[in-house]
Amino acid sequence: MELVVFVLASAMMLVGALGVVTRSNPVHAALSLVLTLFGVAVHFVALEAYFLAAVQIIVYAGAIVVLFLFVIMLLGVDKAENLGTEPLIAQRWLAGVAGLGLLGLLVVAVSRGADALITRAEGLDTAANGATGDANIQQLARSVFGDYVVAFELTSVLLVVAVVGTVLLARRRAGVEA
Amino acid sequence: MPEPTTLSYLIVAALLFVIGTVGVMVRRNPLVMFMCIELMLNAVNLSFVALARELTDIDGQTIVFFVLVVAAAEVVVGLGIIVAIMRNRSSLTADDMAELKG
Repeated sequence: MELVVFVLASAMMLVGALGVVTRSNPVHAALSLVLTLFGVAVHFVALEAYFLAAVQIIVYAGAIVVLFLFVIMLLGVDKAENLGTEPLIAQRWLAGVAGLGLLGLLVVAVSRGADALITRAEGLDTAANGATGDANIQQLARSVFGDYVVAFELTSVLLVVAVVGTVLLARRRAGVEA
Repeated sequence: MPEPTTLSYLIVAALLFVIGTVGVMVRRNPLVMFMCIELMLNAVNLSFVALARELTDIDGQTIVFFVLVVAAAEVVVGLGIIVAIMRNRSSLTADDMAELKG
């Protein structure tokens, strides 16, 4: 059963990812991205990261993709672009070779690094350990608001900086007739 | 029926990461390049969560939480830059952004 879920979610994820890269219309690419994000969310549920699965749907599929679609519509670029011609000579060919090389390196690295994994933590609350209900959320909250509370506070600074910076960037300069 | 191992999750994440990398190298629309960066971030998140279960360590899920926040901030700033640059232009390709070229 878990294998079926794994295969289906992986297929969703990879088909969506290929769609993002190959669709000529940016709107179709954004919708393919939603498919990929749902696939990743299903993987999160299968890995018992329930809170992250919900956040993945709400933040990524809900907010970030809507932001992408909003900008596509705002700029009026929701037309298919011409993907037939290659702007740089052999760019795609070289990108494919580089991608295959990277894939080979990653697969070799993860398969050979399996022996080096060292379990050092106090344990994860999963169903196998008898955890029920919202144990995952409780454990994640203790980690975020306990061990990593400084990093959590710093992300609020990051978000404020991002919002102020974006407002400054997108604002028309005073005195400039646009 | 065998259960999927952590290694299979990591290999699927590697495939997703490579698709995103190739997308950034091939596509010329800055918006689509951003979406490909999101693919790469998601691949890394998937490996973090898979390893969190393998190592029974909640820290892997915590860092995914922070990656989500940083990704949201990155998209906001990036799209703001794209809107600011493209306001006065009709086409949208990465080749147009050559103001700093010597």
